[in-house]
Amino acid sequence: MSQAATELVRISGHAGVVPGAGLDREFQVCKLVDTTTCIGCKACEVACLEWNGYPFSETTFDNSYQTMPETAWNYWNLIRFNEHERGDGSMMLLMRKDQCMHCADPGCLAACPADGAIVQYANGIVDFQEASCIGCGYCMTGCPFNIPKFSPTARKVFKCTLCNDRVSVGLEPACIKACPTGCLHFGTKSEMKELAEARAEQLRDVSGFADAGVYDPPGVGGTHVIYVLHDAKNPELYGGLPKDPNIPLSVRLWKGPLKWIGNLAMAGGIVGMALHYLRFGPKKEEPIPPDVPPSVPSNGDHERRV
Amino acid sequence: MTTDAISRPSAVPEHEDEKTIVRYTFLERVNHWLGALSYVYLLMTGLAFWSPYLYWLAAIAGGGPAARFWHPWAGFVFTSSLFVSFAQWRGDMRITDADRAWGKAIPDYIQNEDDKLPPVGRFNFGQKLFFWGIFCGVILLLLSGVVLWYTEALPWSLRFVRYAAILIHASVALITIGLFLIHVYMSAILEEGSFGSMILGRVTRAWAWTFHRTWYYEVSGRSQTR
Repeated sequence: MSQAATELVRISGHAGVVPGAGLDREFQVCKLVDTTTCIGCKACEVACLEWNGYPFSETTFDNSYQTMPETAWNYWNLIRFNEHERGDGSMMLLMRKDQCMHCADPGCLAACPADGAIVQYANGIVDFQEASCIGCGYCMTGCPFNIPKFSPTARKVFKCTLCNDRVSVGLEPACIKACPTGCLHFGTKSEMKELAEARAEQLRDVSGFADAGVYDPPGVGGTHVIYVLHDAKNPELYGGLPKDPNIPLSVRLWKGPLKWIGNLAMAGGIVGMALHYLRFGPKKEEPIPPDVPPSVPSNGDHERRV
Repeated sequence: MTTDAISRPSAVPEHEDEKTIVRYTFLERVNHWLGALSYVYLLMTGLAFWSPYLYWLAAIAGGGPAARFWHPWAGFVFTSSLFVSFAQWRGDMRITDADRAWGKAIPDYIQNEDDKLPPVGRFNFGQKLFFWGIFCGVILLLLSGVVLWYTEALPWSLRFVRYAAILIHASVALITIGLFLIHVYMSAILEEGSFGSMILGRVTRAWAWTFHRTWYYEVSGRSQTR
């Protein structure tokens, strides 16, 4: 972005056009994951660990190639393996690289109460700032993709940064760099969208996947990680990718109407009590009339005695 | 003629009892202030998590991570205090026909025309509603709070529990804040003598006669039979 600010607009004593004049830069970055060309080698998993400095974690064997059941606070990139029986009885091994989707409308950020713990950059990356994180876990409730994970030792929440530290210096994310098949691509959002749509069209027209398509869910404003799926009508097949992800309704109610109702009620209550005191003043005790006996009268006529 | 109103031996000299009555025992007061302190901490930290404009409260409460760490424990203390209150007061908090009659006359109460109100026992209808409101609230806050305490322990397939918990916790907390504000206003500001009764445990006989007449007759009557 700093480069955009110093783009040349006019040049003194210069013959001809200004180089790069009218240049339109797109800052929105995007990862494209083409599930149809993934071979499940997990090079991206290892590259993610290496770049981010995490040791290889314990694996969980569950009769599949999958490293563990879901991503972990120190394991941000996981290939999900799912066997799928097609209509004609043939088997497919669906492999999807699961990681933070970097939503344009991030539920984690909406739910987070800590000032500065989650930020969204102009390039679309949603990044956790652990120094400001208080470990409440609201982001885990706000996320529709089950991505933020709590570290019990750090008492903070971690997730994929889309290699913000690499992207910001012009490098591609570590997972992209490691991919041997070209199933992972990185570029601007519009380029990746174009590439994805072209690949989906190829799958539909040439490879016989009539329902092939691109996963860029509009419910969260689109994502900065998009998928090409053989069967875009059933994303759940790919390790539970939600069909129409949204920020959960309860989170939206909590952060929307409930906040306003609650704030108004609290402020109104305090003002109301202040007005009550100004209008009616304190309740004061009255002296006991001398005719009041010290004990309960036997006829019970102490009621409404003034 | 007098003795301890709640029929237990008192260290207070006899002559003081000529004018005052024990309203809250030592244990009732200790428990009340345990609950009050823990609630104030819960309120500060809870409001810090509620709105960015109140996040500065977390700084007073020990900083964001500390506030997040201690809030559930303060909730544990508050819940315990409420259960002790329940054990101490559940008899006195039973809602009776006299309360319902008092409830109908609540506009008089609001306008400080207390002499028009039917006589009430140790606690009036408003206090009873407050108590049961907080008691039911704390149970809901406890259940939803445990879910928020250990969000990470809940499997993804049960995420609807998280969604319910976050909404219940915030909504019920708001209701208890409303009750809390009314409680503080009435006892510390509006009704003179109430605040002191929760500090030293005693009210004047006139106070008891004015605000809790049935209770006044009960305790003074009981002393007659000694």
